[in-house]
Amino acid sequence: MIERPKIAVITFLGSLDDHDAAWSLAAVDAEPQLVWHGESKLPKGTAAVVLPGGFSYGDYLRGGAIARFAPIMEAVTEFAAAGGLVLGICNGFQILCEARLLPGVLVRNASLSFVCRDVVLRVERTDTPFTSRCEPGQRLRIPIKHGFGNFTGSDELLAELEEKKQIVLRYHGENPNGSALNIAGVVNEAGNVMGMMPHPEHAVDPLLGSPDGALILASLADAARERSAALV
Amino acid sequence: MKATVYVRPKAGIKDPQGEAVRGSLAKSGFDIVSVRIGRVVDVELETAEREKALAELEQMSHDLLANPLIESYEIELQEET
Repeated sequence: MIERPKIAVITFLGSLDDHDAAWSLAAVDAEPQLVWHGESKLPKGTAAVVLPGGFSYGDYLRGGAIARFAPIMEAVTEFAAAGGLVLGICNGFQILCEARLLPGVLVRNASLSFVCRDVVLRVERTDTPFTSRCEPGQRLRIPIKHGFGNFTGSDELLAELEEKKQIVLRYHGENPNGSALNIAGVVNEAGNVMGMMPHPEHAVDPLLGSPDGALILASLADAARERSAALV
Repeated sequence: MKATVYVRPKAGIKDPQGEAVRGSLAKSGFDIVSVRIGRVVDVELETAEREKALAELEQMSHDLLANPLIESYEIELQEET
């Protein structure tokens, strides 16, 4: 029987996609556990953490700005600092940037419009815990739905991201939000924390329009499984 | 003690909101060079000590009210009269 690694999915006030994330993680043979934002600890045996999409705290001030101070974020920050795997999707990506677990910031879409549609991504790296099941340069069709997905940073930061190969996913073809360097997903320098604006949890079955998101989540499940095995 | 924190997009940071408003104003016949949109936060603090208030305002502005990567902030303490 295949080992199901425990992956914590954090529910903030205003998270929308926590249940979709949990359902999708189960579909790729992980054992998802919903964790309330008010908790101060991650469940025992947590092998990875997912911060889901949504509009935590109504996007007041800036997306993710208030969620970053939720009690559970202290545990998530410690977990990440110890090398734990963390994936932030959409609002989760914004939270990771606000918490400074990822570089840069997500600002309003250049078009000023909320965008909700499928986009095509190009996989720039396959040596990360989030893309190991992808082929180099592979195109993934995954939906986006956001008003603040425009990744930006100082010129120095952007140059550094290129140089250190921290850009894992880029929009292929049209850039839907004006993000710098067509960035759709980045990792931290250590490579254990990734944020992405597209929603892999909404694309795990051909019936949902595309199965491509499952490649990202299954990669995460693989890496989490390896870490669980190493812990035992 | 009362204070106001002004949060603005930093120079050089794109402000698509301000740009859209500039376009709209220009269409209404105003001669506009540029518009930048920020945020005004009125804060009332428990403390009556000036130094303590300033320290607290500085910390909250840096940590939450503004994102220093893209926004600058200015703190204005209202002197008690």
